[in-house]
Amino acid sequence: MSTKHSKAAARFLSNEEGSQWHNQSIWYVRDKRDTLSKGLPEWEELRNLSSDIKRHTVTHLDQYLEKFALQAEANGVIVHWAKDAGEHNQIVYDILQQHQAKKLVKSKSMLTEECHLNDFLISKGIDVVETDLGERILQLMNIKPSHIVMPAIHIKREEVGKLFEEKLHTEKGNSDPTYLTKAARIHLRNEFMSADAGMTGANFGVAASGDIVVCTNEGNADMSTSMPKLHIVSMGIEKVIPDYASLSVFLRLLARSATGQPTTTYTSHFRKARPGGEMHIILVDNGRSDILGDELHWETLKCLRCGACMNTCPVYRRSGGYSYTYFIPGPIGINLGMLRSPQEYSDNVSACSLCCSCDNVCPAKINLSEQIYRWRQSFDTIGKADKMKKAMSYGMSIIFNNPGLYRTALKFAPIINKLPHGLIYNGLNAWGQGRELPSFAKHSFEELWKKGQVK
Amino acid sequence: MRIGLFIPCYVNSLFPEVGVAAYKLLKHLDVDVDYPLNQTCCGQPMANAGFENKAIPLAKKFEEMFKGYDYVVAPSASCAAFVKLNYPRLLEGKHFCQTSDKMMDICEFLHDVLKVRTLPGIFPHKVSLHNSCHGVRELNLSSASELNIPTYSKIKDLLSLVEGITVMEPDHVDECCGFGGMFSIEEPEVSVRMGTDKINNHLATGAEYITGPDSSCLMHMQGIARRTGKPIKFIHVVEILAAGL
Repeated sequence: MSTKHSKAAARFLSNEEGSQWHNQSIWYVRDKRDTLSKGLPEWEELRNLSSDIKRHTVTHLDQYLEKFALQAEANGVIVHWAKDAGEHNQIVYDILQQHQAKKLVKSKSMLTEECHLNDFLISKGIDVVETDLGERILQLMNIKPSHIVMPAIHIKREEVGKLFEEKLHTEKGNSDPTYLTKAARIHLRNEFMSADAGMTGANFGVAASGDIVVCTNEGNADMSTSMPKLHIVSMGIEKVIPDYASLSVFLRLLARSATGQPTTTYTSHFRKARPGGEMHIILVDNGRSDILGDELHWETLKCLRCGACMNTCPVYRRSGGYSYTYFIPGPIGINLGMLRSPQEYSDNVSACSLCCSCDNVCPAKINLSEQIYRWRQSFDTIGKADKMKKAMSYGMSIIFNNPGLYRTALKFAPIINKLPHGLIYNGLNAWGQGRELPSFAKHSFEELWKKGQVK
Repeated sequence: MRIGLFIPCYVNSLFPEVGVAAYKLLKHLDVDVDYPLNQTCCGQPMANAGFENKAIPLAKKFEEMFKGYDYVVAPSASCAAFVKLNYPRLLEGKHFCQTSDKMMDICEFLHDVLKVRTLPGIFPHKVSLHNSCHGVRELNLSSASELNIPTYSKIKDLLSLVEGITVMEPDHVDECCGFGGMFSIEEPEVSVRMGTDKINNHLATGAEYITGPDSSCLMHMQGIARRTGKPIKFIHVVEILAAGL
């Protein structure tokens, strides 16, 4: 009864040292988040407010989107609406074509990952350059992010050193972080200078003003939009918020939750195109309207994409981002994957011990663990139930619904204690892979009670 | 005040001594406690595996069995949490769920209802407290480490009433041990690594025992400790609270 996740996790864990390092590095971020959140006496109140504002906004999404689009247009921004990933990618390409743009610099955007934009543009001959350092490292390695906020958290600096030797011609064997960062700066600066268009995601879209708000630590969103005259924003429709007052709530929560910083180094507002330039905002649905209509799972639309649920998740930390089959890992990714396609992404639902820690760190108070529990309930209906789990559940149900049978079973159970080790600890016994079985008591509590021995 | 004692399936069959300690303790505290016969399971194992419809008949039976009691008390935080949080939904449209409000983990009951101030026992040992997930995050037995709320621990309060005891807590104070019911066999490698890390954090406190309100977590960690020869013993909180009885 293994899943793609459990198998990939086993492979990840077979590297004992590497997996411990991953666990500890990410726990360190969770720990910083704890310290920072405890520095604000009003923290829990902020989480409540954030949850309320998100609930209000996504349940009045039509009004806020219209307001946002009108404001943006009043600011001279060109607003596009994309029903799905395909439409989104085509719109981006059309805009680039209109401007004869050959090179696109991008700041980090999970939505463009969701839409597989880079592959699409590259296939059309566009030179796409990721400018977030982590994203750039991964792009040069030709691999995907393993975390939504710290995309290259699983890569060690020695590996970056080797990569830069090959791609950026840095000194052999030099993996000094300052040296490598400087090399990256020079490399990226050249890309910024020669780009024809810049693309950013959007952490927030403020309906009252039409602002796009982008939070980065590297200033690369600003660099991506400072040189090229063309700025394209890719924004999920759930990213709209009412006004600056609500923004102030989210900005206090976001960086503290994500990386344990009081704020990101740059919080950039983009309201209109630069003089002589053009700014486009693409509002992307790509399944979000369907999520909104899903009674059990609409709360995923409250997500700020901070990654705190991953950092706290004991399973994510010990299995790594690549063990999940959806591009967003961890508790939120399990849920978003199922919303994308239950048939395709059901293998991630096993990656949860239902410890509920994610619920407590989520700055929008999404009921992440409850949703995972609810997905499990749907597996039998969608034909994804594991046969062994089903057999065990049905077997337990028969025994537990029949106290007489249950008593008889218990009477014989202690025999198991006496069976030879090899008979019990075989390949079929997943429990026995790393654990001894508990011993059945000679007399159950009920037997002792009936004999009057409980007093 | 009449109390119905709920002894979950695995406590009944694997750890009857925990049930005995719970009963003795309640008796000692002059509680009118009864153990209704024919108890089996609350249904959580099937529900967490994705078959909560198999828990519905058990929920109905549970309701019937405990309807005459003022409180239902169990020495198992996770089972108590399952009944409390999920039975109302499982029974929705069938009848009003009464046990949800009456269901308590025994630590919660001792701390909040009986407000126990003294205990007779002596337990001259150093223990490391295992704050189990459902106890912390579903029953609020202690302040969850993720939340910015005043810190408290009902279990530590209770344990401190036992003479001679030293109570420690591990690093990553309420991180999951990796049991998680079916999770433990569906994701065995992650589960065992989580348990191993957890035991190591407990061991680092220098404790002789790991104690907690859930025998299920203890069973999982004990299985790993026995396999790997870790020098630590396991004991349910209620066995310590009932020391000397």
